Amino acid sequence: MEAVKEIQKKEADSKEGIERTRAKKLYAPPVDIIEDEKGLTLIADMPGVNEGSVEITLEKNILTIYGAVEPEVHDSYRLVSAEYGLGDYQRTFTLSDEIDRDKILATVKNGVLRLVLPKSESAKTRKIPVKAE
Amino acid sequence: MLWSNNVNWLIDQWDELERMRRVMSGLDRRSEAEFPPVNTWISSDDSVVTTEIPGVVPEDLDITVTGRTVTLRGSRRVDDAEAGQRFHRRERWSGDFTKAIELPFKIEADKVKAQFKKGVLYLTLPKAEDEKPKKIEIKSS
Repeated sequence: MEAVKEIQKKEADSKEGIERTRAKKLYAPPVDIIEDEKGLTLIADMPGVNEGSVEITLEKNILTIYGAVEPEVHDSYRLVSAEYGLGDYQRTFTLSDEIDRDKILATVKNGVLRLVLPKSESAKTRKIPVKAE
Repeated sequence: MLWSNNVNWLIDQWDELERMRRVMSGLDRRSEAEFPPVNTWISSDDSVVTTEIPGVVPEDLDITVTGRTVTLRGSRRVDDAEAGQRFHRRERWSGDFTKAIELPFKIEADKVKAQFKKGVLYLTLPKAEDEKPKKIEIKSS
């Protein structure tokens, strides 16, 4: 499948009334979310981020991924063309209750974050039999 | 209403003209050639070109230099859904890309350096020796 590539980074939506105190831009990373019987896998493109600069928080059922990007400084160089902007990444997701919070696994490789969110044992086996009358 | 129909017709015509204008000026070409976006920095001796291509493995990346132009070719495959898997979201790009970047000077092809860190490619492209400014000594007679 040849999908159209998004050329421009998408800026993160800011909630009404909440303003950032830093001048840095904030981008919403593009994600793939795949579900199978074992759980969810969330993959996010966050170039410029490594395992030390990514933060994942889970508060109640709100999952937030955040990645800090160091500004690029090239002394004695001047920027002659800029086709993309630099900034941090943030995106928030709502999780269902069936995720086993203690077994969430996160890895970062080549600027790609991979989050494995396993389903809890009880959710896996929860099958409701329907009886015929 | 006739009046509003006319207005809508005018708007449609305008949109069509605008679309044609964009196509003809090349603005509507969201082609592979434009991906990935690059930032270009220049000093008196060389140029630094950066681009964000997360998840690309260096083996799938091909960098060539000819004259003033550096060409990036690469690809990234994203996982397809296997049996029993379902995509809830699919926003990440996949496929091939080609991008040519022209610099204002000839590049010393043998001295080009490429570094790939955290999904960001950094290219250092030195200016060709014969394009560097030469100081002319003035002999006093």
